[in-house]
Amino acid sequence: MLRAAAAADQLAILALARADSLPAFASDGVLSSSEVFSQQLVTGLSNGMIIALIAIGYTMVYGIVELINFAHGDLCMLGAFFALTAVGAFALEGAGGAGGTAGLVALLLATAAFCGALNWSINRLAYRPLRSASKLSLLVSAIGASFVLVNLGLFWGGLPMEVFAGGTSAAAPKAFPALVEPKPAFTVGDVIVSRPDVLVLAVTVPLMLALTWLVRFTKLGKAMRAVAQNPTAASLMGIDVERVIGATFFIGGALGGFATVVYSIYNQTVGFQMGYRMGMDAFIAAVLGGIGNLPGAVLGGLVIGVVRAMSDGYVEARWTNAIVFGLLILILVFRPSGLLGAKLREKV
Amino acid sequence: MSAAPLLRVANLKCAFGRAEVLHGVHLEVHAGEIVSLIGANGAGKSTTLMSISRIHRQATGCIEFDGRSIAGMAPEQVVRLGLVQVPEGRRIFPRLTVRENLEMGAFTRTDRAGIAEDIDRMCGMFPILRERAGQLGGTLSGGEQQMLAIARALMSRPRLLMMDEPSMGIAPLLVAQIFRTVRDVLRAQGVTILLVEQNANAALRMSDRAYVLETGNVALSGTGAELLRDERVRAAYLGH
Repeated sequence: MLRAAAAADQLAILALARADSLPAFASDGVLSSSEVFSQQLVTGLSNGMIIALIAIGYTMVYGIVELINFAHGDLCMLGAFFALTAVGAFALEGAGGAGGTAGLVALLLATAAFCGALNWSINRLAYRPLRSASKLSLLVSAIGASFVLVNLGLFWGGLPMEVFAGGTSAAAPKAFPALVEPKPAFTVGDVIVSRPDVLVLAVTVPLMLALTWLVRFTKLGKAMRAVAQNPTAASLMGIDVERVIGATFFIGGALGGFATVVYSIYNQTVGFQMGYRMGMDAFIAAVLGGIGNLPGAVLGGLVIGVVRAMSDGYVEARWTNAIVFGLLILILVFRPSGLLGAKLREKV
Repeated sequence: MSAAPLLRVANLKCAFGRAEVLHGVHLEVHAGEIVSLIGANGAGKSTTLMSISRIHRQATGCIEFDGRSIAGMAPEQVVRLGLVQVPEGRRIFPRLTVRENLEMGAFTRTDRAGIAEDIDRMCGMFPILRERAGQLGGTLSGGEQQMLAIARALMSRPRLLMMDEPSMGIAPLLVAQIFRTVRDVLRAQGVTILLVEQNANAALRMSDRAYVLETGNVALSGTGAELLRDERVRAAYLGH
């Protein structure tokens, strides 16, 4: 039990180290090497599932409007500030038991709605007016939207709120309360699965299943695929293409909202610059899996999560970004269509 | 022909950038008619249909369907009124199944039972669609895709069906079969047809009336039989 607690502490420290890009310590001596590996694997898979959920938002938007939505990670960052503010406003911290669970569910739903609505609005204001313009104009607009969101985050972080325990500076990282305490939930052999790990699974897996159902079987899902494959033909079927695109942005944003709450609880830190990291990881995951491909985004997310964790654990955390971006370059050179992407785009 | 036309297009102009492609097209289609629009490549036939469907929103002029102006409408509103197009090149959804393609054709409808019934009816009209119901649209042959495209458009229960080059890239034998099926079925259901064709001979034979489009203007019009006899049409489009 003592050892478990020590490992859990280490888990929390590792999590913080990742968030702050501080050097992680791999050879603490507390855990044996195979345990370190397994523990890093669990952490990597959990972070990977979060990255995957964000990557789905990237890949859905790309699939339907062929836009790399560079504002997506920053959207998640604002979602984290929204969640942090809500936690303070409704005193969700420390409310255990059924009330705590209900509060957590409400927080997830509210943040998802916030991010969904925000993503819908960004599309409406920054992308939709450029629908017939070149893809490059759209991309530049996405980068602009990203800057706007980052500055909104900086502004939000500077608000004088007691809940932001991270100091008075707007740019300082804020501590996100451990709504789900980083305690062990259960162990598999010597590997500890923490309660935040369980939270990650409990949120991401049902959402991915629900999204799969939506895309495959509902009228909206089929319309989304139809618009992605041939917007003109979709128009000629009586599909309001812009409405379907708007719905796609909302759903992608909402998934990012769910992801950002789980991310914040898991990593216990939020800051205005976190969106860059989240967005880049998700972007690389989406490209790795094959951009526009939903299962690919999940696979890519898991790979990136595990690669990050292993790099943190066995190399050094400061090398992790270089390794992940190196991976991106390798994909772009050797398999630009990604692991699950189609080799060629179909010509209709 | 005394009643008001189902579709009336007057002074339709459409430009891409500075290049004006349609210079003021006039045409009318009455309920129950089969009207064809023939002309050479680049005459503006497809542009005319895309302007009527409101895909080319920059088009100006008068477009009235069933007595109301649709010139300011969005494409999906036009479909809801019953004016539906089978576009050039078929444009089926390659990674939706045949059945899903048909379901998308019925997007504007909400009567589930009626949609299922109509899918069954389409599969009766084109039995190959029943065989291929679970296959991806992109795996069909050109002729099968054309059948799917026509069936998909009919799923919306149109009053006027505009078909753009249904014979393009399809074996001649299959073309005749598709044309016959379409004419018989639509006649029976009272669907009006505006047909764009490069195959002027086949088009004029099945049409009540026709318009000849030349570089963005209607050059000639008349009944199918009249145009088949017309010297200018014979020389330019029928190869006699």
